[in-house]
Amino acid sequence: MNLDEYRRTARAWLLDNAPSGESPEGDPVARAKDFMARLYDAGYSGITWPARWGGQGLTQAEERAFAAAARDFTLPIYVFSIGLGMTGPTLVDRGTDEQRERFLRPLLRGEEIWCQLFSEPGAGSDVASLQTRAVRDGDDWIVNGQKVWTSVAHHADWGLLLARTDVEVPKHKGLTMFVVDMRHPGVTVRPLKDMTGRANFNEIFFDDVPIPDEHRVGDVNDGWSVAVTTLLHERLSISAGVGMGTGKDDPTSLAALRQVVDTADPLVRDELVELHIRSRALALFNQRLSQETKAGIFPGARGSAAKLLLAELYLFQADLATRLVGPESVVGGHPLAHAISQAPGMSLGGGTNEIMRNIIGDRVLNLPPEPRVDKTVPFKDLKVGTQG
Amino acid sequence: MKLVLSQEQQELRAAVRAFLAAASPLPKVRDGYDREVYARLNGELGLSGLIVPEEYGGAGAGFAELAVALEETGAALLPGPFLATVFATIALTRVPDKELLTGIAEGRVVATLAQPPADSDVTASSGSPGSSRDSGELGEAGGGVTVRGTLAQVLGGMEADVLVVPALTGDGVVMTAVDLTGPGVTRTALETLDLTRGQAQVTLDDAPARVIGPAAPGVGDRLAVALAAEQLGVLRAALDAIVAYAKIRVAFGRYIGSYQGVKHKLADMHCKLEQAESIVRFAAWAADESPDELPAAAALAQAYVGRACFEVARDHLLLYGGIGYTWEHDAHLFYKRAKADEVLLGPPRIHRARLADLLEL
Repeated sequence: MNLDEYRRTARAWLLDNAPSGESPEGDPVARAKDFMARLYDAGYSGITWPARWGGQGLTQAEERAFAAAARDFTLPIYVFSIGLGMTGPTLVDRGTDEQRERFLRPLLRGEEIWCQLFSEPGAGSDVASLQTRAVRDGDDWIVNGQKVWTSVAHHADWGLLLARTDVEVPKHKGLTMFVVDMRHPGVTVRPLKDMTGRANFNEIFFDDVPIPDEHRVGDVNDGWSVAVTTLLHERLSISAGVGMGTGKDDPTSLAALRQVVDTADPLVRDELVELHIRSRALALFNQRLSQETKAGIFPGARGSAAKLLLAELYLFQADLATRLVGPESVVGGHPLAHAISQAPGMSLGGGTNEIMRNIIGDRVLNLPPEPRVDKTVPFKDLKVGTQG
Repeated sequence: MKLVLSQEQQELRAAVRAFLAAASPLPKVRDGYDREVYARLNGELGLSGLIVPEEYGGAGAGFAELAVALEETGAALLPGPFLATVFATIALTRVPDKELLTGIAEGRVVATLAQPPADSDVTASSGSPGSSRDSGELGEAGGGVTVRGTLAQVLGGMEADVLVVPALTGDGVVMTAVDLTGPGVTRTALETLDLTRGQAQVTLDDAPARVIGPAAPGVGDRLAVALAAEQLGVLRAALDAIVAYAKIRVAFGRYIGSYQGVKHKLADMHCKLEQAESIVRFAAWAADESPDELPAAAALAQAYVGRACFEVARDHLLLYGGIGYTWEHDAHLFYKRAKADEVLLGPPRIHRARLADLLEL
């Protein structure tokens, strides 16, 4: 089947099976599980994953063709996004056969939900300085510590956990990756309210939680290289077009703003033109990246430029919209009050703007790296987190 | 929509880049227009005839290819009337005019195009030089007329042989061609900010001219796209230069490119480059394939790329530190070209205003 056919068939299937109702009833997690099961039966779950572990054994091209077909639909699979985009592919690449056999098929069938446990209160951009400890105890590892910014953890059955297993060596060399049972006693999941007032992620506390050694992913103290695999998959799944809104219902979009502001005012017109210029510039850049990918040129670190520009556009757009609409935008649950609260999120999640600029500087422009003081010092002697 | 260069377009880029690196390197650009270089540029690479239709001896290529070539001439800060001739060619292909297009394709004719808003000042009259200015009767296309008026700033006006100029007649605006070396033409070289590219004041005092046809629509949009391609090249070259310098210049015991104060600015400049390139590819594609999208694409190209080019050229100069402020250094050549280009087609606000109109705001 060629790609166009693949895409047409996928679209036809989505037309029949994707939910259409605006506000469906019932438990959203149950709905997500049900939809994933149908996706699996139809052969659209784990498109690039090996068939041996329940995938379809196809290529990025089919994956992207499906993503393109799915763009016109709202698929209710958000709770599976971490598993499908990050933790699952990590197990495909780095897990043992026993782990792949145990975990991958239930994920693809929508039976088990996954979260990812890397960031900590003291380790955000510098995630390798994390302090959650895993200490060997017979056939188990005993975990103590705290994780944060964990999406879908309150629904999760399993988590991919990065923990410190050796403090006598430099920080990147004393980390190990594990699969942790999120339902085990000693795991406490607390919703974390963000600045919009909604709880979109969680903080997780581990209190003497045992993990069997067969749930270790990769070698002891080789967790950083596994984490790099996970983060690579995160970027790939973002660049595949997951989560890009169409702007139709976005109250900060040009389409929405032109309905509510005085477009005869030359100052307003110029601001709207600026919004158009910036949105169009980024949209065309994204289209170019995707055309390059189709032609076999992979964007790599250049995707960080697209992410940085998107983050800046979010901030600009919400800020502009509230300035144009004026006092009413900040009272009475106005959609723009939510938008301006939400705007900083894109500049922080998935790497801050400063980290994106470092990546562009180091890996796209090949500029000299910054001198590091943390690469050779044993972790126990290193300053981490917030000091003083 | 096609935003990625084809194999052939990449080869064209490599050929033009290699040629300019050898024939017109940066240390040479202050010497100005070199006819020898142009003869080879037009002869060996056929650049003057790139978008001239094949029936007139050109390569019949589109704006996608033209953009590739202009990006390279821009990056090299190629001195002389290359862009001027491109502008004239764009206008002539819209009419089209066999005689001039053939001459341009063969590299015999250096042409330029009178820019708005000056064009409305030029009037055309039929008959021999010295006859009444008020006569509105004009001969057929190809017929002889005389033109009067003063053009304050003509790009490449001293170097060009032929001026393509819209002129007002009793029947509306027509395109005319004036022999700049002929009678009735006074050219005065202007002192230009951009040391690599000249402009002239041109006074037409009953200068003999040939009517080449009615004024064709859509020329301005295509000029905007062509200019944006040159600006993309200037932007890219300025960024490449300062990135290279940031890797070798040391301060406080470190390469300056390792400081976030420098690195982050360069990252932002790279983001502008990525978007500028995407817009130029889109606008060139629209000029070739999608006339309905061209007006908004052209206005977007000037509104975004013109500004981005100047900002990057400015920041590249600043990041050099004091050396970038010296006459001997090349940084100001990019800075000045970027500024001259930004205002070449009029004050930049006109592109933004046009965009507002096209968006029906």
